[in-house]
Amino acid sequence: MTVLLVAVGAAVGAPARYLLDRAVQSRHDSVFPWGTCVVNVLGCFLLGVLTGLPSALFALLGTGFCGALTTYSTFSYETLRLLQLRAWLMAGLNVVVSLVAGLGAAYLGMALVS
Amino acid sequence: MDPDVSLAVPAQRRELREHPAAVLCAISLGGVCGALARYGVGVLIPHEPGQWAWATWLVNLSGCLLIGVLMALIGRLWPRQQLIRPFAGVGVLGGYTTFSTATVDVVHQLNAHQPALAMLYMVTTVLGALLAVSAGFAVTTAALSRREKVAW
Repeated sequence: MTVLLVAVGAAVGAPARYLLDRAVQSRHDSVFPWGTCVVNVLGCFLLGVLTGLPSALFALLGTGFCGALTTYSTFSYETLRLLQLRAWLMAGLNVVVSLVAGLGAAYLGMALVS
Repeated sequence: MDPDVSLAVPAQRRELREHPAAVLCAISLGGVCGALARYGVGVLIPHEPGQWAWATWLVNLSGCLLIGVLMALIGRLWPRQQLIRPFAGVGVLGGYTTFSTATVDVVHQLNAHQPALAMLYMVTTVLGALLAVSAGFAVTTAALSRREKVAW
């Protein structure tokens, strides 16, 4: 049963990431990967809000949806691309902004429900 | 070119308009496969909140290694295949790796009064991810170059 809930959440979360990423990327011209950054920070906030949910709901919305909505692989590959382009500042900013904003968002989400 | 979407690449800008159902279904299906693999690793290597989350750590580092391999393969071998990147990159590896769980792991570790553990977890995840993606990309590119030389 848990497996099914994770699958359903991920079936929605992964395409939601793609569509949100596209929507953000179409609204700016810089090489900074704002799309992934925004999706990841938003997912951290949501997962923070969801901590403490009953396990079935957490499997659906946390492990499934938020897990698939956010991504470490795209984040790391985009940072590698910036390094390959010698955009050192952008690469460093991408890491720092994603980590700090993600932590802040997760804290905020958890604080809202505790 | 980025594994989710790079609107600077014309083919990726057009893909959703040209094949919306195929692209979104490939991403969704891939996302399910990736998330189930991540869930499986979590069941095999369980942890309590506040502890070092080996499952998330291993999932993220292995997923980053694989995205490096995949993007090198796509760039060199299958530049015209339209559904490989949405399925395997955006879907499977995007669904397998998770930024939100890795971040909430750190908050749990901080709340458990383990600041050194939290810092080490966060730093090794991000540096490990960057090393893994670089290694995956570099080794695959080198292997493909050698193969091309042999073929010539």
